[in-house]
Amino acid sequence: MKRLPVQKTYKLFIGGAFPRSESGRTLVAEGANIGRASRKDLRDAVRIARQAGVGWAKATAYNRGQVLYRIAEMMETRRTELAAVASSAGEVDRAIDRVVWYAGWADKIAQVVGTANPVAGPYFNFTVPEPTGVVGILAPEPPLLGLVSRLSPVIVGGNTAVVIASEAHPLVAIELAECLATADVPPGVVNILTGLRKELAPWLASHMDVSGLDLTGADGDAAELERLGAENVKRVVRGKADGQSPYDITAFLELKTVWHPIGM
Amino acid sequence: MTERKQDVARRADKAPMATAWDYAPAPEARDIVRIQERYGLFIGGKFVEPLSGERYTTIDPAREEPLSEVAQANKADVNRAVKAARGAFEGAWSKLRPSERAKYLFRIARILQERSREFAVLESLNGGKPIRESRDVDVPLAAAHFFYYAGWADKLEYAFPNRRPRPIGVAGQIIPWNFPLLMLAWKIAPALAAGNTVVLKPAETTPLTALLFCDVIRQAELPPGVVNIVTGDGRTGAEIVAHPGVDKIAFTGSTEVGKAIQRTLAGTGKRLTLELGGKAANIIFDDAPLDQAVEGIINGIYFNQGHVCCAGSRLFVQESIYEATLAKLKRRMKTLRVGDPLDKNTDVGAINSKQQLEKITSLVQSGIDEGAELYQPPCTLPERGYWFVPTVFTNVAQSYRIAQEEIFGPVLSVLTFRTPDEAIEKANNTPYGLSAGVWTEKGSRILAMAQRLRAGVVWANTYNRFDPASPFGGYKESGFGREGGRHGLEAYVALDDT
Repeated sequence: MKRLPVQKTYKLFIGGAFPRSESGRTLVAEGANIGRASRKDLRDAVRIARQAGVGWAKATAYNRGQVLYRIAEMMETRRTELAAVASSAGEVDRAIDRVVWYAGWADKIAQVVGTANPVAGPYFNFTVPEPTGVVGILAPEPPLLGLVSRLSPVIVGGNTAVVIASEAHPLVAIELAECLATADVPPGVVNILTGLRKELAPWLASHMDVSGLDLTGADGDAAELERLGAENVKRVVRGKADGQSPYDITAFLELKTVWHPIGM
Repeated sequence: MTERKQDVARRADKAPMATAWDYAPAPEARDIVRIQERYGLFIGGKFVEPLSGERYTTIDPAREEPLSEVAQANKADVNRAVKAARGAFEGAWSKLRPSERAKYLFRIARILQERSREFAVLESLNGGKPIRESRDVDVPLAAAHFFYYAGWADKLEYAFPNRRPRPIGVAGQIIPWNFPLLMLAWKIAPALAAGNTVVLKPAETTPLTALLFCDVIRQAELPPGVVNIVTGDGRTGAEIVAHPGVDKIAFTGSTEVGKAIQRTLAGTGKRLTLELGGKAANIIFDDAPLDQAVEGIINGIYFNQGHVCCAGSRLFVQESIYEATLAKLKRRMKTLRVGDPLDKNTDVGAINSKQQLEKITSLVQSGIDEGAELYQPPCTLPERGYWFVPTVFTNVAQSYRIAQEEIFGPVLSVLTFRTPDEAIEKANNTPYGLSAGVWTEKGSRILAMAQRLRAGVVWANTYNRFDPASPFGGYKESGFGREGGRHGLEAYVALDDT
């Protein structure tokens, strides 16, 4: 007799756990029931991301690099599962390589963008990059490579993220969440919501505890979301869905300049 | 500057308690400056009559006397300036070799140095700031800024690894009234170094040094249209922001206006940098060198009448040294000389405008109403002009408006803390994040505090230091983008893949 396979319930990914939407709602996408996140889920995710940011920003760059590399390891292990819900196996391979590329940036970005500044006075003056805080991401297509390309530079710099997955192809985002959950990513550093963009994006863009917005995946509503983001002077980025660049890391880094006196 | 300050600190320490010294007047001669009766707009390398046909009076806030009539540029005027800037960008300026561009900027730096006294006097006349500050801080720093960025003009490819930087185009730049010439330099120098052309609007109340700068441009023989200066109030600024021919907006001013600009530009793809308000914490630990710290507190909040976005307007004192600090602070405040900005002995000059004086007055009233305790040293103010006595509030709760809102005046709120954690928690408890100060003899504590303070600039055992090589700009609602240093170039380049 043929064995009946156990089907997966696709849920949200918040604070390292896989809760259903507090609203109890689901919708059908790619033939599966997926969580239809509510505004309350989004607020919970932002709150948890904010809390997780304290530890993640403090983690050593070496540690963050290893966690990102561990994500790539977990993705490699689940390559088949990811490929089943991604656009192609090639997309999965490129996504894995992208994470590895960013993992290596963790302990180099400060050396590339930081400076020691020769001021005209008896001060040691230096500038270092620091994470900006919680970054909201509208994941662009293709659903895995786009998400990974925008997420990796955000977290490697020490930010935490609240991601709204592709509305049309959300399954691979939850598959990725399962990699994240087993990759020593501290709970809350990455939070992934599935559901309807128009129900979630404006609340993400206007949330006062979100410091940056990656709108690469936004379509017609980008201008309105950017406008909402101005309420707390959010850093807004529209990048490339398939890009990798240290400038994508610095887009969500603040620069801090410290003046330290020199004297005996 | 630092040594002199420390010297002052030492002397203050040895000085008898709060003797009011008599100083003979030491006015700086104002005849070095020739102010025209009226000014047009500087567009395409020459002064033109405003198409708006409107002018307004700019005054000396210390005497409430008119200085000149300046143009109120309207939409048509802004359009004309943007066209001139576009023409220059597509014409002579972008065809110029970067090394030649550099030499224009070096020229400007040198001419500013040569004419520094003229600029200092005019800055103090039109803005109300003490001549000591415009002479020793504003003007030298403005010249240094041009000198610094001049050298970048032909070295841009070294600033952006693996990218080919190119200019963005026409930059619209809107600057505030607290450091009129210095803010002009912060805006124009990096923009030109990167190969852009600019339309700059000085603040409504302080247009005169920007208009005098046009003569520096003439002397430097800068190609027409590379720098255009349009004067006017907020309406002129709004026209620059909304103009479709402007590729980049750089704004320094209030957070409220900054947010409005960000909203206006949403979805346009125009580049934006914002340097907005602040409510900086100046944190004094019990092991701090107290006399130096008191000088730093004074410099942090009373420098330039407190019209400083990074002013140390919230003082956090560790509880064990609260009384000693307050006593020294009050004693030092009694020696501050408030009065004629052109007098070389003046420490605190005139409030920049009537409107600003009203804002300060009403916020100070709110502090009294909410229950804070006010202290002002005995002080005789001139009869005419806009003045505000250096003020300190104690018994301040974090929720009070004077602890939350940017006053932009000589008003200090004093709060206390017990542990470093508490200091951090309170210091970061504001939507702003521009700057902060830390005073302690312990180096590791300086770095730990610097790491945890959410602010773009942290001064340790000093305050309100600026340098062209040092990036300046905010976290959170204090804006984004940096001015100064290599990072300041980023606002003015587009980065192509190599």
